[in-house]
Amino acid sequence: MNVAVCVKQIPDPAAPGSLHPDTKNLVREGKLILDDSDSYGVEMALQLAEHAGGGEVTLVSMAPNEETSGLRTALAMGAARAILVSDETLAGSDALGTAKVLAAAIKRAEPDLVMAATESTDGYTGTTPAQVAELLGLPSVTFAKRIDVSEGSVRVERQTEAGYDEVECPLPALVTVTAGVVEPRYPSFKGIMAAKGKPVEQLKVTDLGLSPDQVGSAGARQEVTDVAAAEERKAGEIVVDEGDAHERIIAFLEQLKVL
Amino acid sequence: MAIDKVWVVAESSGGAPTSLTLELLTKARSLGSVVEAVAWGGDVASTAGELGSHGASKVYDLGDLGDALPGSRVAAAIAAQIQAGNGPDLILIGTSYDGRDVAGRLSARIDRPVLTNLVDLTVEDGVPVAHHAIFGGTQTARSRFTAEGPGIFVVRAKSFAAEPAGGPAAEVAPVEVPEAGATDTARVRERHVEERTGPQLDEADVVVSGGRGLGQAEKYEMIEELAKLLKAAPGASRAIVDAGWVPYAYQVGQTGKTVKPTVYLACGISGATQHMVGMKGAKNIIAINKDQEAPILSIADLGIVGDVHKVVPKLIDALKARA
Ligand SMILES: Cc1cc2nc3c(=O)[nH]c(=O)nc-3n(C[C@H](O)[C@H](O)[C@H](O)COP(=O)(O)OP(=O)(O)OC[C@H]3O[C@@H](n4cnc5c(N)ncnc54)[C@H](O)[C@@H]3O)c2cc1C
Ligand SMILES: Cc1cc2nc3c(=O)[nH]c(=O)nc-3n(C[C@H](O)[C@H](O)[C@H](O)COP(=O)(O)OP(=O)(O)OC[C@H]3O[C@@H](n4cnc5c(N)ncnc54)[C@H](O)[C@@H]3O)c2cc1C
Repeated sequence: MNVAVCVKQIPDPAAPGSLHPDTKNLVREGKLILDDSDSYGVEMALQLAEHAGGGEVTLVSMAPNEETSGLRTALAMGAARAILVSDETLAGSDALGTAKVLAAAIKRAEPDLVMAATESTDGYTGTTPAQVAELLGLPSVTFAKRIDVSEGSVRVERQTEAGYDEVECPLPALVTVTAGVVEPRYPSFKGIMAAKGKPVEQLKVTDLGLSPDQVGSAGARQEVTDVAAAEERKAGEIVVDEGDAHERIIAFLEQLKVL
Repeated sequence: MAIDKVWVVAESSGGAPTSLTLELLTKARSLGSVVEAVAWGGDVASTAGELGSHGASKVYDLGDLGDALPGSRVAAAIAAQIQAGNGPDLILIGTSYDGRDVAGRLSARIDRPVLTNLVDLTVEDGVPVAHHAIFGGTQTARSRFTAEGPGIFVVRAKSFAAEPAGGPAAEVAPVEVPEAGATDTARVRERHVEERTGPQLDEADVVVSGGRGLGQAEKYEMIEELAKLLKAAPGASRAIVDAGWVPYAYQVGQTGKTVKPTVYLACGISGATQHMVGMKGAKNIIAINKDQEAPILSIADLGIVGDVHKVVPKLIDALKARA
């Protein structure tokens, strides 16, 4: 079984983010890393492919500046190869433009199963995977907290408001995973060494049969008009507990008429 | 682009529209002159009253979808209406499990972009402007579409207060759901409902949340006991949801629920931006954290620098003594 996993490479979320003052795009300078949310999809894909008795796990990523750091991390976990779309015309892409690129790249891998995270850490629109599925004409099951594959179909426990649903879907299909789905492995030293030699196919927008006006800021058909600091909440009273802090809480709740 | 007709994708649960749906309808009234809902399930007619009182003059009834996941079919049905020239100028969809599926699929089907994670929507010079809370709610970005509609807006829960306007029941208009082919082949085999008692997390007046500072899964019982005494809903940080201590339904934050209670009591939660974006709207915040530097204390109205294992049991005993 062949699995394609969407992996986003993002600025380190621990560093404070910023938007470019002119374009209002997220600043994506410096080294990008594998979005933690996608490490679950990579792990799940590796386990499912192994379970199915073989097949390849292909990573698919769209990122600026031919960035491969995040891809190398996922290759070190065990993925076989990667497709990277990097092109100046992609700057300022919206979710739909991104989905068009990812869908075209995924097609080349001819996967039985496509995986993505429910939402990315930096942009978190959470709509890209459903857009990809629609563009590829695939069924999809989002918010998976458990996935099993057997005999041409995928069985997913899908998170719901009330609990979860057991959903069955014929392959090929797209599934998005939540953090709880599986415990991602740490790349081993051997894995890290092996990753250096694994193939990363570098593509441009035109290689995918897309025209530059469908993607990037030209295709986005939306603009950020301004960004402002949100109203900040101020700290109130800070009390160091000396054995009676609970009384302060009760007094506060009484004052609010909650008690 | 003048906004005339607004559609709201109306989800329901247990025969009643969800609160998010009613929030969207309330907002829709202030945006367009005609507000209509798109709904599905076996009992749309029974929701028409409430949809109507919140502003919908009509509800397009897609019928019972059976075991199908809604995303593909609902998107196909809306796209068909748009292609037939019956579409709206603007579509409001809630940030929910199914809502995001509908938004994504509809966007690809009609080749229109989406604006997501809205916390407000205003109209400026006749143009809808989306407001997004970014970087953990420290900044607000405003954005808009630059091309022809219909504009698809995906709105976070609790962005607006739901208020009935007292209109008559919405007229129920059955519509045909077109074949959606391979995209519509996922089927629900079994639905599992996790039992919960007490008020719902996103509707409770008081929320008591626990985080990694509790130390171990068993200690969450303390949070549940405290919540019960305060008639509150128990909540959690993602750290302890991911650790499997409590179900995902308890999670507050960017990837969980947005809550706006009168009181939010955070126990052993550091206050990561992704957590705060889900609870900053609380009227009052109380936080217990042993680390004076914890970010949560910088937004708390009452911040207790202390050990949850000491403060919470005493609080529980004191509340029991009052009962
Ligand atoms: C603060 C902020 C707000 C934004 N708001 C909007 C908005 O309202 N509407 C809009 O259209 N765009 C918006 N964008 C732009 C959007 O984030 C980008 O277009 C992005 O390329 C795709 O969306 P996402 O990261 O939100 O994807 P999501 O839909 O959140 O991503 C889900 C999953 O899809 C896969 N995936 C997504 N992008 C890639 C990629 N480049 N390579 C590989 N896999 C990928 C990953 O598995 C990811 O976890 C916003 C960006 C920022 C920084
Ligand atoms: C894309 C993305 C989405 C996310 N979405 C969410 C979300 O929706 N909701 C969410 O909550 N998080 C979310 N997170 C995770 C978030 O970044 C934090 O990791 C998480 O909120 C931390 O949880 P915590 O505060 O319980 O744990 P920690 O950050 O580990 O904090 C524990 C706190 O407990 C205190 N403590 C320890 N012992 C005691 C004691 N005995 N008494 C009192 N205090 C004590 C410590 O001082 C510390 O401040 C998201 C992250 C990402 C990347």
